[in-house]
Amino acid sequence: MKGTAWRFGDDVDTDAIIPARYLNTIDPQELARHCMEDADVTFAERVRPGDIIVAGKNFGCGSSREHAPLAIKAAGVACVIAAGFARIFYRNAFNIGLPILESPEAAAGTQAGDELEVDLASGEIRNLTRGTAFKAHPIPPFMQELIKDGGLIEHVARRLKGRA
Amino acid sequence: MGMTITEKILAAHSGMAEVVPGEIINARVDIALGNDITAPLAIQAFGEIGATTVFDKNKVILVPDHFTPNKDIQSAEQCRVMRAFAREQQLTHYFEVGRMGIEHALLPELGLVGPGYLVIGADSHTCTYGALGAFATGVGSTDLAAAMATGEIWLRVPEQIKFVFSGKLLPWVNGKDLILHTIGAIGVDGALYKTMEFTGETIRHLDMSGRLTMANMAIEAGGKNGIFPPDEITEAYVRGRMETGYTLYQSDQDARYAKVHEYDCSQIEPQVACPSSPAKVAGVRSLSGIAIDQAVIGSCTNGRLEDLRIAAHIIKGKKVAPDCRLLVIPATQQIYLQALREGLLEAFVEAGAAVSTPTCGPCLGGHMGVLGAGEVAIATTNRNFVGRMGHPTSQVYLANPAVAAASAIKGTICHPEEVVDK
Repeated sequence: MKGTAWRFGDDVDTDAIIPARYLNTIDPQELARHCMEDADVTFAERVRPGDIIVAGKNFGCGSSREHAPLAIKAAGVACVIAAGFARIFYRNAFNIGLPILESPEAAAGTQAGDELEVDLASGEIRNLTRGTAFKAHPIPPFMQELIKDGGLIEHVARRLKGRA
Repeated sequence: MGMTITEKILAAHSGMAEVVPGEIINARVDIALGNDITAPLAIQAFGEIGATTVFDKNKVILVPDHFTPNKDIQSAEQCRVMRAFAREQQLTHYFEVGRMGIEHALLPELGLVGPGYLVIGADSHTCTYGALGAFATGVGSTDLAAAMATGEIWLRVPEQIKFVFSGKLLPWVNGKDLILHTIGAIGVDGALYKTMEFTGETIRHLDMSGRLTMANMAIEAGGKNGIFPPDEITEAYVRGRMETGYTLYQSDQDARYAKVHEYDCSQIEPQVACPSSPAKVAGVRSLSGIAIDQAVIGSCTNGRLEDLRIAAHIIKGKKVAPDCRLLVIPATQQIYLQALREGLLEAFVEAGAAVSTPTCGPCLGGHMGVLGAGEVAIATTNRNFVGRMGHPTSQVYLANPAVAAASAIKGTICHPEEVVDK
């Protein structure tokens, strides 16, 4: 996948990703309209399908709201690359099928507006604007299994069917 | 090789003799919890899984607490979804408005969680129950849906960090100050993916209310769970609330820790976390004089009876500063009733404070005390991120109930001894 980078800093919390004042709905499109609002009020309006969020350490810290990765996904963001992710956000992103990659080097080597090419399978991130390339941390085997099943819902549905 | 309390609980719930950090396990859950924000998504996912009944109607708990009493039509609809699901599944533990409380204050109070339990909740402050010697962690709605259907969850066994607190606490210093001090020292990702095990002489003397406050904020350092060794204080708390079914685990002498932090607490003054990070911590005296528009005493962090008693002790017979609003939110109906009987609520109302029915409300900028542009609050809550309590330009200082109460009287951030009767 190819996309334009949006650059955010360290410790982007879930209140910045989707403020609690909008959590009275579970409609992803409605959530997307307020995505990243308290970090960059213009984001939801300007983001284009296929764009990539690039951030520093501890992305998605704070609340457990799954509305956060849902809002990002529904806003059309193809992938989030960060130096690191907060624990619950990391789980939630995999569970709802938002691709995320952990690479402190790629985060440090990307500026807003850079064109990035990302290969999710290999974890390779190429910065086309700067002519640089990075390799993301490999996804743990169990998470790869989840992705292979198509997310947690499908993974569990299969297991329940097996029991019946 | 020795194991920690956390490792022992995870092993016991996954049918293993031993677990080691980094290992992925499939664990049995004792309680799966959701609220009015996270449960509707989980209920939708539950349907998508193809599940028809929850794994155990006594072990799935739903609490409408965030936007209740319903703040608007959309919130009312979310609660309707949740209520309908609770009825259809005949859940034993669904708590309606008027009989509810903020989930993390309510469950321990009712003895629904206890030592040795494995609890997952679709709320990041689920880690609160670690105060009782339970493994408890926050998850998203999809994880909750899977746990409601199967009674199981996959978990990565976290690395263990031990915190050793020593020294006698100064007056007006409590659990809130210890955890703010800790987060200030290690940062908002200082315990990322890890267990925070709280030990030491200071902890052994800390009451359950203070322990619940500390465990509650483990997530603010990125922790997967916070946990306290269960002792006589734990047993005294649990007695009368639970009959049996709990287990007191202790960490072995030769348990492995990735890190050990030691703090001398004897000189720690009341701590305040400045906008907009729970790790931006300073002593209250260094912030003295900052004007506040609103003070909030409540939340899953500090809305318990002990917190209200401290606040009332400071406030009784005084008035809230003319330019300041004070909101007091008892965390559960039981706390509300007891505070009423003890005359605490009377002291608050006479001082000019607004007393609310239990709700998470302003803590997350939901309702019942949302801040306007540029307004400043001091709150006993757990987060002070940008826009957390309202307008993105508003600011929140986090503090203990004594500091919040004293600041409301003075109208500026202050040390409790500045307003308390000598």
